[in-house]
Amino acid sequence: MSGGKSSKLGRFFSENAVVIIFLLITVLAIKPSGLSLTYIGQEMINRIGRDSFLVLALLLPIYAGMGLNFGMTLGAMSGQIGLIFAINANIRGVDGLVFAALAGTPISILMGYICGVVLNKAKGREMVTGYILAFFINGVYQFVVMYLMGVVIPIKNPAILLSRGYGIRNTLNLEGVRQSLDILLALKLGPFTLPLATFLVIAALCVFIVWFKKTKLGQDMRAVGHDMAVAEASGIPVDRTRVIVIIISTVLACYGQIIFLQNMGNFATYNAHDQTSFFAVAAILVGGASVKKATLPNVFIGVILLHVLFVVSPLAGQNLFGSAMIGEYFRQFIGYGVIALSLVLYAWRARKETERAREGLRGGAANGDIAVGGAK
Amino acid sequence: MGQESPLLSFEHVSKDFYGNVVLSDVSFDLHAGEILGLVGENGAGKTTLMSILFGMPAIAETGGYQGRIVIEGEEAHFASPFEALDAGVGMVHQEFSLIPGFTTTENILLNRESMKHTAVNEVFGDRMSILDRPDMRKRAETAIATLGVKLDPDMLVSEMPVGHKQFTEIAREITRKHTRILVLDEPTAVLTESEADVLLGALKKLAAKGIAIIFISHRLKEMLDVADRIVVLRDGRIVKEAPVQGTSVRDIATWMVGREMGGARERETETRAFGEEIFSAKGLWVDMPGETVRNVDLSVKKGEIFGIGGLAGQGKLGIPNGIMGLYAAGGDVRLGGKSVPLNAPKEALKMGMAFVSEDRRGVGLLLDEGLDWNIAFTAMQVHGRYLKKHLGGLIQLRDDKAMRQVTEEYIKTLDIKCTSPKQAAKELSGGNQQKICLAKAFAVQPDLLFVSEPTRGIDVGAKKLVLDTLLKCNRDLGMTIIMISSELEELRSVCDRIAIVDEGRIAGILPPTAERAEFGVLMSGAAEPTAQEATRA
Amino acid sequence: MRSFKKMVEDFGWPRIIIFLFLVALFIGAPFVHVRMDSSLSDVINRFGQNAIFVLAMVPMIQSGCGLNFGLSIGVVAGLLGSTLSIEFGLTGLLGFFGAVLFSAPFAVLFGWAYGRLLNKVKGEEMTIAMYVGFAGVMFMCIMWLILPFTSPNMVWGYAGKGLRTTITVEGYWLKVLNDFLAVRIGKFFVFPTGEILFVALAAFLMSLFMRSKTGTALTAVGSNPDYARASGISVDKMRTVSVVLSTFLGAVGICVFEQSFGFIQLYTAPVNMPFAAVAAILIGGASVNKASMLNVVVGAFLFQGLLTMTPSVINAALQTDMSEVIRIMVSNGIILYALTRKTKVTK
Repeated sequence: MSGGKSSKLGRFFSENAVVIIFLLITVLAIKPSGLSLTYIGQEMINRIGRDSFLVLALLLPIYAGMGLNFGMTLGAMSGQIGLIFAINANIRGVDGLVFAALAGTPISILMGYICGVVLNKAKGREMVTGYILAFFINGVYQFVVMYLMGVVIPIKNPAILLSRGYGIRNTLNLEGVRQSLDILLALKLGPFTLPLATFLVIAALCVFIVWFKKTKLGQDMRAVGHDMAVAEASGIPVDRTRVIVIIISTVLACYGQIIFLQNMGNFATYNAHDQTSFFAVAAILVGGASVKKATLPNVFIGVILLHVLFVVSPLAGQNLFGSAMIGEYFRQFIGYGVIALSLVLYAWRARKETERAREGLRGGAANGDIAVGGAK
Repeated sequence: MGQESPLLSFEHVSKDFYGNVVLSDVSFDLHAGEILGLVGENGAGKTTLMSILFGMPAIAETGGYQGRIVIEGEEAHFASPFEALDAGVGMVHQEFSLIPGFTTTENILLNRESMKHTAVNEVFGDRMSILDRPDMRKRAETAIATLGVKLDPDMLVSEMPVGHKQFTEIAREITRKHTRILVLDEPTAVLTESEADVLLGALKKLAAKGIAIIFISHRLKEMLDVADRIVVLRDGRIVKEAPVQGTSVRDIATWMVGREMGGARERETETRAFGEEIFSAKGLWVDMPGETVRNVDLSVKKGEIFGIGGLAGQGKLGIPNGIMGLYAAGGDVRLGGKSVPLNAPKEALKMGMAFVSEDRRGVGLLLDEGLDWNIAFTAMQVHGRYLKKHLGGLIQLRDDKAMRQVTEEYIKTLDIKCTSPKQAAKELSGGNQQKICLAKAFAVQPDLLFVSEPTRGIDVGAKKLVLDTLLKCNRDLGMTIIMISSELEELRSVCDRIAIVDEGRIAGILPPTAERAEFGVLMSGAAEPTAQEATRA
Repeated sequence: MRSFKKMVEDFGWPRIIIFLFLVALFIGAPFVHVRMDSSLSDVINRFGQNAIFVLAMVPMIQSGCGLNFGLSIGVVAGLLGSTLSIEFGLTGLLGFFGAVLFSAPFAVLFGWAYGRLLNKVKGEEMTIAMYVGFAGVMFMCIMWLILPFTSPNMVWGYAGKGLRTTITVEGYWLKVLNDFLAVRIGKFFVFPTGEILFVALAAFLMSLFMRSKTGTALTAVGSNPDYARASGISVDKMRTVSVVLSTFLGAVGICVFEQSFGFIQLYTAPVNMPFAAVAAILIGGASVNKASMLNVVVGAFLFQGLLTMTPSVINAALQTDMSEVIRIMVSNGIILYALTRKTKVTK
């Protein structure tokens, strides 16, 4: 491509626009917030432990060409149901978490299957369909948790039921399992406390993902992600592969939500999953991923960047503009704006690529060949 | 080749599409290690024959075929391409079936990768094996060596030149465990001369290893270079089977297009006088996928019916599409001396040109709308017809009554079979849909009309009516017509001059009375490309 | 019988189920002591309140841009117009039309920019529309806090700066359309004639536009963009026109809603409005690239009917508040159904 240095720089900027803009805003906002670097550092460590697993759940669907899996909320809801059962059975500590994970697994597999089948029926508009499906299943979740639990689904522990006798309470105190994973292997390093057990779990998932990409199934997913038609023609079962991808992603979201909630300590039964996909998607996009391509570094860079800004902006808003609300709205704006910007850049770049590729194929007079018998 | 029994035999294979006979009693053999060249015009039946061999679903869906295909003595009846592949029949298509983001190796071994078993296989199945990349590389390198070409096993396909993509496709076919028959459909169409030479060399190497090859191409010179035998199809039958030894290009071209047929359509013998040049194109190039125009010069006189013919994919369809702004184009195009802006459909229409596209359903019609919309729309948008002014010209609303009237007129004159002017276009038969497309172009009242494949897929009766209508518009209204068609006879029956397009360029211009063999020679790229406007008196 | 079956198939089973469900609710109402006349009045009122939003879906569907999940941008333009109208102290019909007038330049500007954006991302319009809408609303949240409004009706009391979350229009232009020529029958039934007339006028103007040269071209673009392009139409231009029109109707829609509902809702309220309108037009029978006035009327009526009747009847019957849950499942279910049809939703 002609244009040399200036266009190469331009390409670099457009490919990493999101990360650069975000970095700039974040760095600018740290000072006015008045927060110490130590505080910010510890918050980052906490957030990596709390959120990385959920963001990692988004990797495989991107890899398989299914875009941003807004349907991960289904996995989060499954994990929440698992937690409800754990609290119901009064299992404390890490055992409670494991119980929740085991209870949530079959539910999330079912949810993942449903999500995969629905997305297969909506090829080409997976993202918006996943988004709407999440809302729809949310309705089902509300129905189950508010009306079936305590009636059709036996709940032993009266403390978690609403005063009317059925339906789960609006907020559940997770004191039994609170921070249990984080505390399990806490390591003090200078002014910072590291939740080693949580980090180990996250590392294990990373290893799994790296190993998974090396398998035949991983290669098939990659092929499906690049070109469904060619994959189909070569005998790869495209629809089945896509369903498997979504199931895995949903199960991971289930575990990720359990880890998230144990760190939070409190569980807003009916709302905890509302922002799950928003935060995870924003994080991975801020980390430099796109709809078609995402790597492990994108996950961690994204979690750190996004959350630094989220921690810092209310106070920065307060100190700069005299209103913490401005900071609040600002971080929401940035979050949505980042997702919108990434989607736009991706779609716009994809069209430019096809145009450029087509131009390269023109022959003959298009390339100034007037004389007869040119490149034949 | 030797006297051993044939590897593949077609025995009395016939096929019709709902009564329309496409193949009739085709029988021939193919021996191991033989390269057989399959030649024929558009619609001769080559693609259908290969589709039958390869088990394409379209064959079974349209009533199957008669006759037998015998491979190594056993009858073969494939229900899907996968079955054909398993039986050792490989096909290399014109559109590459490659993943651009994968390397050469990964594409060659797509879905047949080397695997190493892991413990997880027991629980989760075969697909959890780890890929054995070193072994994959070895297998790919072996295939590349067999072809005798230079391919980088680790290069991404998206970064390869076109020729290398072709080689990658072929390498993929031959890495299948027991490929013994390979079919190549126009493999050299996208290659440069040097790449084509390498390809032909690779094919010879494959044949030497015992693989039987069916080679379909219209480049007769190449055919003579590489094939051992030639089989010529015409109108669904085998008209000639001959060894390449002692055969010339002209021979093949003649067999391909055939002799003069008795009872050809009567032509008026009047010598027609035409006006001055109304349309010219210099250095026209058009980027239409599959019908690339590279460098075309044309000159058409006022009142002429100018025909453009040629084999499929050679670029004839790209000419009108480019001029009318539907695909990216460049060059110097003039109408009545005035320069025509390209890449601007509205300008072309405004200047007085109209186009009946070959893509009836895709571009030519609003399938979900009524016939009145379809016919009146272009005239409405370009020339402001069929609109009624209100409020002193402030608002222009559709004049549904006028639209209905003009539709009813065309229904009568073109004998369009429909239930009402409001019927949805998608409900009409192919022939009637084509008439609607013509009506749409006529409604614009153009000075110059491009018509692409005017009678494709239409029954005989409708064919005659369409051609008669075009003739009438030309004779009575003085409309200049440029007609693009794959059917040589059609062109010869109505056109005053016929240009043949080959490889995106004009190979030559002949009068309709020239011998069919002449046209055949131009179509197969055998003529020397010096004659841009070789007119014969 | 065959054509009946085909009619049913075309109409779609989910829509039939919803229609029968609504009929059942109406029939069941008196049995749980819910008054028919007040229910009907409610339904008609909510229909008028929301119909313009559903109408706003039509241009973009017709031009092949798909479902306008970014309607919030139009709503935001309308909010700017409404707040300006209150700021200038306009009352009565002048206040209402003032709001519409002030919204117009914002709506056209936002719509034009939004349309240009959508043209560059053909194929992924819907997700991008959603997030652009969200981002826009969040940005406006910051704006509501810092724009220099002064009207004591709108501004936070003790701070004296920044707009309140909910602003009443009582005393300004509350129900100015509704009360115009309103028909009262008994204590519980009011027919908001003015509002319904306004909606009818808007629908009439829209159908007039669709019959114009531009409207015809717009429909062709949605029906077959290649055909339109071959006929010399600029596909991008038509799409932009449809987006501007849709955005403007979104602005008008929120003004109509406010005068009937009684409040201007700022900050994050606009975020959920597109989904209701999308569900309504789909329930009304709109397809991938075809939406008619009938779809608008039927859809708005069925959807608002459902939203009104379900809480009152079911809650009265089961003595519990299931309305929210049912609303979520019904509106999202119908959108899901449309998205999983074989035909493409955008071209």
